[in-house]
Amino acid sequence: MIKIKNLKARVEEKEILCGINLEINPGEVHAIMGPNGSGKSTLSSIIAGREDYDISGGSIDFEGENLLSLSPEERAHKGIFLSFQYPVEIPGVTVSNFIKTAINESRKSRGEEPMEARKMLAMMREKTVLLEMDKSYLSRSLNEGFSGGEKKRNEIFQMAMLQPKLAILDETDSGLDIDALRIVANGVNKLRSKKNAVMIITHYQRLLNYVEPDFVHVLYNGKIVKSGDKNLALELEAKGYDWIKAENT
Amino acid sequence: MNDEIIDEITASEYKYGFTTEIESETVPPGLNEDVIRLISSKKNEPKWMLEWRLDAFQTWLKMVEPNWPNVNYQKPDFQTISYYSAPKQKKALDSLDEVDPELLKTFEKLGISLDEQKRLSGVAMDVVVDSVSVATTFKETLAEKGIIFCSMSEAIQEHPELVRKHLGTVVPKRDNFYAALNSAVFTDGSFCYIPKGVHCPMELSTYFRINEAGTGQFERTLLVADEGSYVSYLEGCTAPSRDENQLHAAVVELVAMEKAEIKYSTVQNWFPGDAEGKGGVFNFVTKRGICERNSKISWTQVETGSAVTWKYPSCILKGDNSVGEFYSVAVTNNFQQADTGTKMIHLGKNTKSTIISKGISAGRSQNSYRGLVRVGARAENARNFSQCDSLLMGDKCGAHTFPYIEAQHPSAQIEHEATTSKIGEDQIFYCNQRGIGTEEAIALIVNGYCKEVLNQLPMEFAVEAQKLLEVSLEGSVG
Repeated sequence: MIKIKNLKARVEEKEILCGINLEINPGEVHAIMGPNGSGKSTLSSIIAGREDYDISGGSIDFEGENLLSLSPEERAHKGIFLSFQYPVEIPGVTVSNFIKTAINESRKSRGEEPMEARKMLAMMREKTVLLEMDKSYLSRSLNEGFSGGEKKRNEIFQMAMLQPKLAILDETDSGLDIDALRIVANGVNKLRSKKNAVMIITHYQRLLNYVEPDFVHVLYNGKIVKSGDKNLALELEAKGYDWIKAENT
Repeated sequence: MNDEIIDEITASEYKYGFTTEIESETVPPGLNEDVIRLISSKKNEPKWMLEWRLDAFQTWLKMVEPNWPNVNYQKPDFQTISYYSAPKQKKALDSLDEVDPELLKTFEKLGISLDEQKRLSGVAMDVVVDSVSVATTFKETLAEKGIIFCSMSEAIQEHPELVRKHLGTVVPKRDNFYAALNSAVFTDGSFCYIPKGVHCPMELSTYFRINEAGTGQFERTLLVADEGSYVSYLEGCTAPSRDENQLHAAVVELVAMEKAEIKYSTVQNWFPGDAEGKGGVFNFVTKRGICERNSKISWTQVETGSAVTWKYPSCILKGDNSVGEFYSVAVTNNFQQADTGTKMIHLGKNTKSTIISKGISAGRSQNSYRGLVRVGARAENARNFSQCDSLLMGDKCGAHTFPYIEAQHPSAQIEHEATTSKIGEDQIFYCNQRGIGTEEAIALIVNGYCKEVLNQLPMEFAVEAQKLLEVSLEGSVG
């Protein structure tokens, strides 16, 4: 689905990604772990198309297309979704209006008519139930006055509505209490299928207890320094990152 | 990225910038007593009206143009303006069928086909092109309830006692430079009277358009809501694109008697000038309402047009327990300048006012909020809440807030909140990531920002206003 080859990126003069190689296939869940400042969020921002980075080398291929030549909204239309670490507030725009606009813009890009209002509403209801959100969420201003946990849940709600091919969860688990973590994980597991892939960026093992990854990669100093299966995450949890750092200096 | 996109601001063109080929009767440019006599006689006015005008003219001669607003412009030369331009007609019109077909086409281009209005929306409408009111729909339906809704010229002929009683009582002739000028030369406008206890069953609406080159538009609107009545009134404005500046100096007076309620909404889209700041309408308007006991006046305005605007729709809360509201969205783009806001004058006891002002500046425009909240010495328990928000797009525009507060009673409670924000790259990227393109994202964010004001507009006009906001801001990202 997505093939990242020797990806290098910098901000101003600082090299943040120093040659990332990663391939994710449909049906797979990959966890990207690593200490603070290792480049995890940069990687997710670049895949989503944020312009703050200077791509100094390498390529990203998404279903046979050069992803780096597409605008952020075109990438979204192709099925890439980023659950933001810090979701923004948009005052006066309700959750339902926002998601309706998002869905219909994607449909428009495929030459489809807007989704029927009744169908849209039914789908929203269904997903709020899945994420154990009160119906009143839908008429609240997007993220305005939301608690940290509500914001993250709202990200997963949007993911459930948009049904992306590749979902990138950027520290979605941070700031969640144990119940919210279970609910979010449940939402992610519902999306998993043979056709979809998930990339989970996290510091901790705990989300991976609920969403079991097929692969775990450790990112350090802008490189993937170790890959393995779910046991690698358990090992990191037990030993911390120091041994990784020691091996790579 | 910013600069590039800001340069694209020029992308949005003024879509109402056509002129209509209608034979017009225009008075030669210039202003003196003879011109005023000519206007008055063309309109077949009674003597008291002429004298009122001449008195206003004498007052105006002694006044100077104000220069306190935060705007810069070449002051108009009042001797080069034509003060009267009327689409030529042979006789008074009895029905829409008699309206000049060219004029009807104009309305179709504007998307306000009178027929359509008549059949579908149930909006009674008065249309003023240049100086003269050309058609008033629904007059009969309204007449059944005793509601008078007609052009000001007609009101002076048919209801002189009402006009004479109220004209100039809210905005006196000598109120300010442009109000005095308007009083001397006003050519038409709308008049509305709602009898005691009558709830006006439909939205009343006036549509203003400047068509002729080199003309000024000086319309005068007077709206009287008698005891316990209710009316919702809307005005819309457009003008053709012209290289020179056109002057629009209107006066609107509202009288809300005991327990009456007036809701007055404006969607103003006068030609704002081109992308280089050439041309555009000077919109110098005085709007004011007076509230008797237990009455309410609510102003809502969505302002996207005009090269230079200064207007302050105001409420004099004279009666006890009266309520004044002001909801405003003012958008400036390119080289537009706006100095707008409101005055809430609390005189009665337990009077309440609310001010919600949303300014949006883009391009190289300057957008100022100027508001006065005054609580008089006898206004016990007066309450005011003001919220003035500014939204900036790009880094070449300006937003300014000038709140004035004067409280003469110790029980007054006045709250003022103000925020300034920019549409953030983060917000736009967030929308982009969800598949929403940048233009749509801005429209979404701006509409969200203006929601409290747009919610005050009657449904069909809220939709129109939303579209207008989108068009006005096309291509402007910050």
